[in-house]
Parts: sequence; structure tokens; C-alpha cells
Amino acid sequence: MSAAAHEPTHHTLSVLVENKAGVLARVASLFARRGYNIESLAVAPTDDEAFSRITIVVDVESAPLEQIVKQLFKLINVVKISELDPRQSVERELLLATVRASGENRARVLELVQIFEGKILNVGHTEMTVSLEGNPVKVDDFESLLRPYGIVELQRTGRVALPKLDRTV
Amino acid sequence: MQMNGGQALIKSLEMEGVEVIFGLPGGAILPVYDPIIDSPIRHVLVRHEQGAGHMAEGYAHVTGRPGVAMVTSGPAATNIVTPLADAFMDSVPMVVITGQVGSASIGTDAFQEVDTVGITRSITKHNELVTDAADIPRVIREAFHIATTGRPGPVLVDIPKDIVDPTNPRSAMEWYWPETVDLPGYRPTTVGHHRKIREAAELIGRSRRPVIYAGGGILKARAAEALRELAELTGIHVVTTLMARGAFPDSHELALGMPGMHGTYTAITAMQESDLLIALGSRFDDRVTGKLDGFAPDAKIIHVDIDPAELGKVRRPDVPIVGDCRLVIEELVGVLREMGGAESQPDRSEWRSRISGWQERFPLTYEPSEPGELLKPQYVLEQLRDAPTTPEDTIVISGVGQHQMWTSQYWRFDHPYTWVNSGGLGTMGFSVPAAIGAKVGRPDRTVWAIDGDGCFQMTAQELVTAAAERIPVKVAILNNAYLGMVRQWQEMFYEERYSEVYLSPDLPDYKMWAEAMGCVGMRVESPEEVPAAIEKANSINDRPVVIDFRTDAREKVFPMVPAGATNSQVVVDPTQQGQAR
Ligand SMILES: Cc1ncc(C[n+]2csc(CCOP(=O)(O)OP(=O)(O)O)c2C)c(N)n1
Repeated sequence: MSAAAHEPTHHTLSVLVENKAGVLARVASLFARRGYNIESLAVAPTDDEAFSRITIVVDVESAPLEQIVKQLFKLINVVKISELDPRQSVERELLLATVRASGENRARVLELVQIFEGKILNVGHTEMTVSLEGNPVKVDDFESLLRPYGIVELQRTGRVALPKLDRTV
Repeated sequence: MQMNGGQALIKSLEMEGVEVIFGLPGGAILPVYDPIIDSPIRHVLVRHEQGAGHMAEGYAHVTGRPGVAMVTSGPAATNIVTPLADAFMDSVPMVVITGQVGSASIGTDAFQEVDTVGITRSITKHNELVTDAADIPRVIREAFHIATTGRPGPVLVDIPKDIVDPTNPRSAMEWYWPETVDLPGYRPTTVGHHRKIREAAELIGRSRRPVIYAGGGILKARAAEALRELAELTGIHVVTTLMARGAFPDSHELALGMPGMHGTYTAITAMQESDLLIALGSRFDDRVTGKLDGFAPDAKIIHVDIDPAELGKVRRPDVPIVGDCRLVIEELVGVLREMGGAESQPDRSEWRSRISGWQERFPLTYEPSEPGELLKPQYVLEQLRDAPTTPEDTIVISGVGQHQMWTSQYWRFDHPYTWVNSGGLGTMGFSVPAAIGAKVGRPDRTVWAIDGDGCFQMTAQELVTAAAERIPVKVAILNNAYLGMVRQWQEMFYEERYSEVYLSPDLPDYKMWAEAMGCVGMRVESPEEVPAAIEKANSINDRPVVIDFRTDAREKVFPMVPAGATNSQVVVDPTQQGQAR
């Protein structure tokens, strides 16, 4: 299943910020103050420890993108903003799930994890903790196929993304 | 040189050329107040921290230099929130220093601790909690740089007590002064895009019904002279928004006055019927545009602003130009000259005659009072404006309400930086402290605050500051005994159901109150008394003066574009309502 052919339903902004106290709060409160919905947000230091990168996903509806970018750029600690076209970037999320996996379910869950190239992280008598790293669509699919078995706990990270390289193979 | 953080803070302010701080001390900021005794910087001790903030704003409005306020933590910091929001809305350069509890107590709900940086995050251009005494000079240098460059605005610096307290080893630092600022994310664009400026010139050259829509950005950019050159070269009329009053002389033949909800009929209608709006440092505020859908439907838009976020925020410009207004206008004038100057402008005589027709038919007007009746506020303003003892370059400050609109309408602003006002936030209680700040910044000028009785009661106590500090401002209260502007809306839109707007004309007794605060107090009830009272007030220069003008509460501000209406639905004065438009 590929999202490449569809109109994007979200904008992904990759925001390089100074690695200083309170910068994430500034960015998040700007979104709140201007009434933009954050779908997902992930932040971590970059290779240069003076800077962090925040990946923000906003849905297309709530978001006059140009205004968001301009308003964000007014924050003194924001150094650079790039919009990542979902069609032109690689996007990743990580899912961790503990699912019911007793009796015959166990084999089915194992099979699912295998098909999706996920990992088994932890196995108990009646439950199993699995992980999957992949593009958000794949992670969505995995989650919905796992759900019928009974999800006990689920955690997904925010999305991170980088632009696709020119002429990748 | 070894210093403690408090000394370094004051020294940093000296390095920035600060001549005055408006403030009030308290526990958390105490160590910073100690070195003030040895500093040449003047400190004005306010009676309420809101006053300190508005004084800093008033100072900045008239001098163009950043105003500085300093207060302690907790309740003092929350008291200065309103001025911060006000300065943010009106792009006023200001640096506010707040004390904070000691670093170890931050986050513990300690006595007088509030999350000042959190509270003020969305109403400052930037704010910062300093965590290390050694950072103080750098942070102060950056604060002034940020406050005064690009689109100006307020910057707040929050300083924990331990890093300024000489008895605490954490406050020890080696003095330095950073020669440059290193802010990798902050690079305001000042020079406009040449090709866009050329496009703008071409668009101007093709337009038959252009209007220059000048905003407060003209004043911030020191672009009043450039604006005048542009207007005169092209012969294009100019509207000056509430924030821009004085940026273009009202006595100029191309001046149309203020647009918007209570603008002049001609300014509103000329914008509405224009085929080109040249928006310079103006932000298409809803009070100017009226209902956005119907605003200036035929107009193409050239929009010049130093803040890229303003371009397209409200109305998409045909020619967007990011840059400093002065630099862009100067370049635009150059291009227009190259293209043939005044001669190459199209024939706009038809437009000019329509404009002068509106001006003739719909001047500002009011019914003078009959003998024995209360004063008309407009009359008071005309008398004040035209009094031979009132200097022509008098600085005028207003509160918020009907008196504010009448002042903007009836004063004649012929000089930039003579009008100080709370435009974006509309802060009642702005005028008295802002007037004090303005007078501190321009002691050579006569400063008149025109206030409403409601507004006056919010911050009048700062007249104690003015009296104690010998800052001789003059205050005219247009006392209509009501929260007048609200009353006007209730009269027009709530079937005269006057809910909670009556204040009483005699409570308090303003004359006695003024005198109790160390001012000269006067009360004026009839038209004949007005000139003498003004003359007396203008002659007093050693203390503040307050005149309680008893005005007619029934008077309403016209023209008016009702909220939610388009600018084509402007309601004119009742005496003009039969006129053909
Ligand atoms: C701090 C604050 N509170 C409330 C308002 C809403 N408001 C706007 S104008 C006004 C009435 C002002 O009355 P007054 O100062 O007597 O002036 P007038 O309109 O009578 O000239 C009010 C309550 C405001 N702008 N600011």
C-alpha cells in the first residue's frame, strides 16, 4: 500500500532550532496560540549539539501553511524551517505494542510481526510486546491488523522525516 | 573586572545607553536595585508596575529608543503583563527586567514565584530566563538588539535572585561586553526586493484611484519624510491609521485622516473605492478593514512590511515587499523618478474631485452645545488644539474609548511622534503613565493626556509618581460620567439598555483627587470657562495638572462602521445622513 499517489493530508515541517531551554515550549505554544493542530511532534538534538531538530506534522485543514512558517520563523531561536513534501521525503515512526497472545493467537501475532518485519521485544505467558519501525502508513496498517487480537498498551513516537535524496535507487 | 550579576546588569544597561528606568523594587530584584544608587541612570519610582510598563512605552513612542522597566517577581511581573501585551501589539521597543526567585526555588511554588517567562511567552517578541550570572551582559545586549531591530517589540529578561545577589557565590562574574550579537535564527530583512519594488512602481503608474494606507510601521521605521516624498511625487492621497497619526501632516492637501471604524468618511470611502492600496507598515487590522469580505473590493494591494508574516496574513497582496519601510519607500521613490516622476503618473483628476467632494459633504461635525448645556467633548478638543498657548508640536496621549477616537479625529497632527496611543490592545489606563513616560523622554515638549473618566480611574495613581518626580504632564479628563464607548454601543445596538456603564460625574471628586496627588486640579463645566482653564494649565510647568471637563454623555462618535459591517455601510453624523454619497 503506497501513499505516494494520494494528495497529502498533512504538512511536515522540519524545524532547526537552537538547542536552548524552553524552545520546544515556544514552538508548541505558538501552535496553540494561533489555533493550529499539531498531529505529531518529535524533537531531538542534531549532529551539532548547538541545534535540535523538531519535526512537526500538521493536518492540512487547520493549517494555513505559509502563515505557520512565517510565524514560526519569527521565534528568535528558530534557525531554519523546511517543509517536507510527504511525497518527496522519507518518514518514519516507531510503534511499541503489548498484545494479547495466548493460544492460537500467538502464532497469528508472530506471523503478522514477521510479515511486517517487526520485532518481538518481550514475551510473557499471555502477552507479547512487539515493535515496528516504518513509514506512518505501514505503522497504521500494522496497528489496525494487531487491534483485533487485543491491544493492552500502545505507544507510538512522533514522526521524523528527512528529504529524499536526488535520484535515489 | 570582577563584578556581581546585579552590577553587571546595571552596567549592561549603561552600555546600552539607557538613561531612565521605570520601576519598583521588591525582594527578588533587590540586589539589582543596590547598584542603581551608584549609576548615572535615572530611576522613576512608580506606584504600580503597570505604570512602569506604560511609561516605558510612552518613552519609546516619542523617542524611538527602547523604554526600560524593572520590577520584582510574582505579582510585580503579573502587573506588567498588560503593558507587555500592549507593546507587543503596537510593536513598541521595550526591555522589561523582572526579578525571579532564586534558581533553587524555581518550580517549587516559592513565595512570589510565577512562571514569568511562561506567562509572557506569547506577548513578547522574545523572553529569556537567565541562569548564569556570566550570561547577563550577553542577554541584555541581545534583548536590546531584538527589541529595536526588525519589527520592534518588547523583550523580557527574567533574572533569578541568586545570580545577582553579592552574598551568593553564584553571582560572581568577570565583566565583559559582547561586541556583536550571535543569534543564528534572527536576521530581519531590511532591504526590499528590487524587482518587486519595480513592479510596485509600475502598478502605481497604472492606477487611477490609488490610496496610500500608512500604518504605525512608518513611524517605527522613521519613514515619515520618505512617505511625504512619495505622496508628493505621485500626488496620491494618504490615510494614516490610528497608530500612524502624525506620520503624514494632517494639514497637507493629500491628507485624508484616519480610516477605519471611526475614521473620516473620506478616508474610509476612498480606501473602499480605490483601485490600488499602497499599504506601508500597516497590518489590515479588523478595525480598519471592517468586514473583510467587503473591504476595498476593487483594490490591488502593494504591501510593504518588515515582518514577512504580515504579508498575506489578512489580505493577499499583489505585490508583497518585505523590508524596512524607509528603505523601501526611498527606493520606490527613486524608481518612480527614473520612470518619469510626477509627469508619468496618469491623470487622476476625476478621482481627486471625487475625494474633494466627499471631504466637502462629509467633514467631521458635531452640534455645538446650547447655552447652559454640558460641554461637547469635540469642542474641548478644538479649544485645546487651537489655544494660542498650546504649542503646535504638543505630544498628545489618549486612553481608550470615545475620547480616544475624538482626539484622533479632532487633533491636527502635523509632526511625527506627537501621538501616543494604545491601538492594538486598546488598554484603558494607558494614557496617564504613557504621558509621564513621554514627558520623561521629551521634557522639552508640552504633553497633554486626553483621558476618559473610566480610564483615568484605572491608573491615576501614577500622577503621584509624576508629582513626586516633577514630571509636569497635563491631563484633560473628558468626564461624561460613563464608560462612554460601551454606552454608545448599548445605545445603538442594545436598545439603550445601559447595563453597568454609569460611573457618576462626581465620584471621585477629580479636582480634589488631583490635588491630593500633588497636582493642580481644576473643574470646567461650561464652554466659557474652557479657554481660561487651558491657558492656566499650559502656564504651569512645575507640577502635573488635571482638568475635569464635564462633558455631555449623549455625544456619540461618528462616523462609525458598525462591527461586522463593511466599510460601505459607514454611518455618518445624524446631521449628514440625508446627503447623497
Ligand atoms: C482594560 C480595559 N477594560 C475594558 C475595556 C473595554 N472598554 C473599551 S472603551 C471602554 C469605556 C471607556 O470609558 P472612559 O474611559 O470613560 O472613556 P469614554 O469612552 O467615555 O471616552 C471600555 C470599558 C478596555 N478597552 N480596556
